[in-house]
Amino acid sequence: MIHVQLPIHLRVLANIPSQKIELPVDPPITINRILDALESQYPTLKGTIRDHDTLKRRPMIRFYACNEDLSHDSPDTPLPEKVATGAEPLYVIGAIAGG
Amino acid sequence: MSSVRLLVGTKKGAFILTSDGTRQKWRVDGPHFAGWEIYHLKGSPKDPNRIFCSQSSGWFGQVIQRSSDGGKTWETPGTTGGLPKSPEGFPMGESNKFVYDTSPTTGKPLTTHQWYDGTQHPWEFKRVWHLEPSLHDPDTVYAGVEDAALFKSTNGGATWSEVSALRAAKGEKWSPGAGGLCLHTILLDPKDPNRITIAISAAGAFRSDDGGKTFKPINKGLRNDYLPDPRPEIGFCVHDIVLHPSKPATLFMQLHQGGGAYRSDNHGDTWTEVKGNLPTDFGFPIDVHAHEPNTVFVAPLDPMLRTPIEGKLKIWRSKTGGNEWEPLTKGLPQENCFVGILRDAMAVDSLPDCGIYFGTTGGQVYCSPNGGDTWQCIVHDLPHVLSVEVQTLAS
Repeated sequence: MIHVQLPIHLRVLANIPSQKIELPVDPPITINRILDALESQYPTLKGTIRDHDTLKRRPMIRFYACNEDLSHDSPDTPLPEKVATGAEPLYVIGAIAGG
Repeated sequence: MSSVRLLVGTKKGAFILTSDGTRQKWRVDGPHFAGWEIYHLKGSPKDPNRIFCSQSSGWFGQVIQRSSDGGKTWETPGTTGGLPKSPEGFPMGESNKFVYDTSPTTGKPLTTHQWYDGTQHPWEFKRVWHLEPSLHDPDTVYAGVEDAALFKSTNGGATWSEVSALRAAKGEKWSPGAGGLCLHTILLDPKDPNRITIAISAAGAFRSDDGGKTFKPINKGLRNDYLPDPRPEIGFCVHDIVLHPSKPATLFMQLHQGGGAYRSDNHGDTWTEVKGNLPTDFGFPIDVHAHEPNTVFVAPLDPMLRTPIEGKLKIWRSKTGGNEWEPLTKGLPQENCFVGILRDAMAVDSLPDCGIYFGTTGGQVYCSPNGGDTWQCIVHDLPHVLSVEVQTLAS
């Protein structure tokens, strides 16, 4: 199982009570494949993390895993082994903005 | 006994305010969708328990919500137990999908539009500003979006398609107002289902007489005091337009200065300035009395501050269809009031004495249960109010 963590607003929107989301994803484990599985399970999240049409990451969303910022990597790049094995989550984070 | 339900969109969620027909005691329910910007909510005239809601966020984009029980519970249309589904059987989550139609058969090419500095800028969907349910079918609803376009759903918001002919009305010449290039006003003619009038900041007003197959600009008579050409075909920062259901050929407009208050008696073909004795030509909302088609309400603001003039909150009423206006102040703060009133934040109910409501950027919602003669504050401290709609219910 792959682990994903979402911002609280998206968990409320999709009615996901748990902070830690488990998803079955077939390898290779990439951001796009995880998001495909996430949106299939929670279709109301379509368009909230990546653009509905182009599937590009929304500008104020970031992806982190294993202490690395993966936001600017290709979403089709295989993720670190610890994410693929479920040992570490993929973090979807709303970029900090404001002040 | 009749009752009223106010649908209030704010920067931090939606609130539903209810009262019986006396409109003296109110129940405040919310926030729904806490933390999200709610640009607009509106109920179906055909089925008042069906309410559509535009929920958006700079981070997470656009979400359409729908209620079938008057706002007690909500769902994202089409994502639960409904249509459409993928080949694998998963719901498609299409209710949030607003994509400009560029197909050769039904769409129009996605050009660029004019940017603030006069350069051309790519078209980008940002959010839904306004939802206008059909007068006749609870499953049909229009959405006005930024960057300006008109969308339509015929399945209760589960999927959306663009009414692309509008962009063909010289979309490359449209430019944004300070709030963005937004389509904020959609008027459906109760006497002619093929007539749709819309307004865009800062492009102007447009009308279709053939159910959305074609649109044309309807800005003749309007004036721009801040452009080299004061009377272009396109390029007006229309803030709001309203019509009375019994007299839909007459439109009242609040324009961004250039005279401010305008009136048309031919569906917008030509406009006449009716500012008369109003203290300024700046304001956002304009509304018309439920039972008196010539009684109009505006909220003039200081054009520089965009707050009440001298800190005195006044709604102005004309009983003559414009030109002659009277200030309404009883119950409104007459000192140290520096809030704004946005374009979609005024509404009227249809009870016999016509209640009027408006919300402010300071989080107050005011009610006049008697056509504007006296006012009371329903709630003081909501978040910044973006929109107010009212439903008049049979019980």
